[in-house]
Amino acid sequence: MSDYKLKPDAALDIREILNGLEHYRPRRRGWTWRKPVPNLKLGSFTYRDCTEPLKRNVPLPPAHHFGNIDPQPQPVITTEIASGRFEDDIRRMRMAAHHGADHIMVIRTAGQSHFDSLIEGTPQGVGGVPITRKQVRAQRKALDYIEDEVGRPINYHSYVSGVAGPEIAVMFAEEGVNGAHQDPQYNVIYRNINMLRSFVDACESKHVMAWAGIAQIDGAHNANATARDAWKVMPELMVQHAINSQFSLGCGMRRDLICLSTVPPTATPAPCMYYDLPYAVALRDLFDGFRMRAQMNTKYIQSSVREATVTHVLNMFISKLTSADIQSTITPDEGRNVPWHIYNIEACDTAKQTLVGLDGLMDMVELKDTGYLREKARELKERAILFMEEMIENGGYFKAVAEGQFVDSGLFPERNGDGIVRAIDGGVGAGTLIQRAEDYLAPVTAHFGYNNTLAYGLEDGEDPATLIDGCTFQKPELIQYIDELDEEDNVNVRMAQTEEFRQPGGEYIKPEMEWLGDGTVMLTMFFPTNEKVAEAAALEAAKRMNLQEAEIISREVMHPVDGTRIELKAKVPFELKIADLEIQEDPEVYTDDELREAFEKKPMTVVCGTVGEDEHSVGLREIIDIKHGGIEKYGVKVHYLGTSVPPEKLVNAAIELGAQGILASAIISHDNIHYKNIALVDRLAREQGVRDKLVFLAGGTQVTPELAREAGADEGFGRGSKGPHVATALVKLRKD
Amino acid sequence: MKRPDDYKARAAHLADLSDEQLHARFWELAKTLTDPLLRMGWEYTTPSIERSVLLRMGFSSLECKAIVDGCLEHGLLGHGAGHVVYKASKTWDLGIREAGLKLISLENWDEVKTWFKGGLQHV
Repeated sequence: MSDYKLKPDAALDIREILNGLEHYRPRRRGWTWRKPVPNLKLGSFTYRDCTEPLKRNVPLPPAHHFGNIDPQPQPVITTEIASGRFEDDIRRMRMAAHHGADHIMVIRTAGQSHFDSLIEGTPQGVGGVPITRKQVRAQRKALDYIEDEVGRPINYHSYVSGVAGPEIAVMFAEEGVNGAHQDPQYNVIYRNINMLRSFVDACESKHVMAWAGIAQIDGAHNANATARDAWKVMPELMVQHAINSQFSLGCGMRRDLICLSTVPPTATPAPCMYYDLPYAVALRDLFDGFRMRAQMNTKYIQSSVREATVTHVLNMFISKLTSADIQSTITPDEGRNVPWHIYNIEACDTAKQTLVGLDGLMDMVELKDTGYLREKARELKERAILFMEEMIENGGYFKAVAEGQFVDSGLFPERNGDGIVRAIDGGVGAGTLIQRAEDYLAPVTAHFGYNNTLAYGLEDGEDPATLIDGCTFQKPELIQYIDELDEEDNVNVRMAQTEEFRQPGGEYIKPEMEWLGDGTVMLTMFFPTNEKVAEAAALEAAKRMNLQEAEIISREVMHPVDGTRIELKAKVPFELKIADLEIQEDPEVYTDDELREAFEKKPMTVVCGTVGEDEHSVGLREIIDIKHGGIEKYGVKVHYLGTSVPPEKLVNAAIELGAQGILASAIISHDNIHYKNIALVDRLAREQGVRDKLVFLAGGTQVTPELAREAGADEGFGRGSKGPHVATALVKLRKD
Repeated sequence: MKRPDDYKARAAHLADLSDEQLHARFWELAKTLTDPLLRMGWEYTTPSIERSVLLRMGFSSLECKAIVDGCLEHGLLGHGAGHVVYKASKTWDLGIREAGLKLISLENWDEVKTWFKGGLQHV
């Protein structure tokens, strides 16, 4: 590995990540859970269900009121990042890790399931990323740097499915991938891959994943997303979980690495808890010892990010009332587009906020042992048993699928005859199973099934790879790395097109939602009219703003006639040169604690008022009042003289009260009267012989620090100044 | 198939089971359903499984595909693609990688076929 290190104040350099990938080796294999810290103390609080805090992080927005604490809840938090350009996703991974994600899941590009081999290189994806060795290596390497920065291991995850499952499993084991979806039922039902091929392949895939300690997530949640009435598919969901879980145990997987992808099946306006909670309880009763990956409901997601967020919070309430080992997060814009940076981060924050907010809940409440909850849970279990009994009557799994028993919209044993039907000899990869001959041999580690190594002198249980003196699992140097196969469709070509925006070093910047330099912006607009007129008005408004490729992404009726809320995305037709931007430098600000301590050690009195013929009072009150976070909060004694205070009065009051400072507010700026009044205060204080004993600060919406200092103040404060800025200046500039 | 919800009648035989018995029944059924699937995985192989074996033996994905396609074409996949490469390495006295690369460029597989008995059986 090179000497590259992420610096907290520097952009992640994708070029460094891509550099030397042919030599990269993963630092570990297998899944990592968070480390619980019982009774964790952070700030003024004790947490019951939290885990080791991060070294570097971005806390929730109100955290600055709480000493910037950022408690990390118990479940691993997942975020799915797959924009189609893996190189741009890496920056998003860093952002997500800072907001609390430690499970980064990469969705595969459309069509990879039917690709009968590994894909190599870095082609661009559609609705996901082509999963290749180079792409996996680059992202795992980037996550090594990112996990060092945030101080917590990050699990990297993708999919072991399709007709190349075993090869992908081997590549994942070699490249240190930590988690993967693997469920042959998903191939069969949703990808129309031949069922025999899927299950035989899955044996090898799961056995390899077991060797590498890769945590497995099943595919049952897809039945929920596909079924016509998602709440009726609950018995089948339990059956799908059972088939994959039991099958995985048979392939050698550890129970605690078999994770059920469980979704609360329904959503509001249904009374969703009344349906979802008994289901969650039944599932956890039946699958004791397995792990729960709590997925969020996507079936009913619409384009309102607010609505999606509330559904997800309700989903996490169920996680809390039952259990979740991995808390998945669905981005609230999933109903609109491939998720944007900002919504991945929102989703992570929603999970963190909800789970931290519910910390300790189960110390106070418990689920009832009798009544509707338990009766309904029992009923669901019985329905699931009936489902399996019928499968066996039908002649087993394959025949049940061929008969259309799965994803039927009836609440089993009700049947509506609309299940997904697959033929045993149909689908992609049909007719490709080959019976192993008596002398069948595979001289490698983690191979499932019949393997006649005894014929070559190995003893029962001895690693078959001994025959070839070790395979890639023992000797990673044997791995053949392919860089690129396509000269046009690769990361180098894509990056060259956006080089001017790339940091560090890029001279230009553009708004961005998913890809570097994409120029995408979102506008929220309200029009006092119906939906159709509002849509047309929004598109026309975007045109007049010179926006390009405008597209409505959300419309919500406020009233059928009187109002419509529109959200629109579009692209800006310009880029901004960073060197030409006027960037305000941040003044140095002491912390609240430092300020309190300073004024405690050395008390201070100030007089203040709005000078001249000027009745504005709001700004100055915000600077001084304790309830606005003003300087009183730090123990400064303030004498407020009001508005339209003559400069003489301000100086005389300072002398009479023995103050160490004067704060003058000057809002009216006609004919530069504000600077003239500032200069007058300075002159009068000199004439009275007290200027060298007083710190004199001046502020106002039209005041700039430079001009205020030129006029005679010790420091000036413009728009946006707050109490801590002024208090810091008082400490630093006081004359006594 | 269409059927009304006859849950109550159909589940009558489960009514007297305790929760523990019900859970045991659930897992017993899951095992009954999955055991034959595992047995199939034990007895059969696929092109993807064989390519995954070759990956572990140190071949690139492109090379894996070429070797497995060769084995399929000559009816040898049932013996294991890794087996074919292993035999080639022993017979030709080459390293594993060199033997595999030689198989990729081999035009006449007659010699290779003599190393194995029996053909392959597609399902």
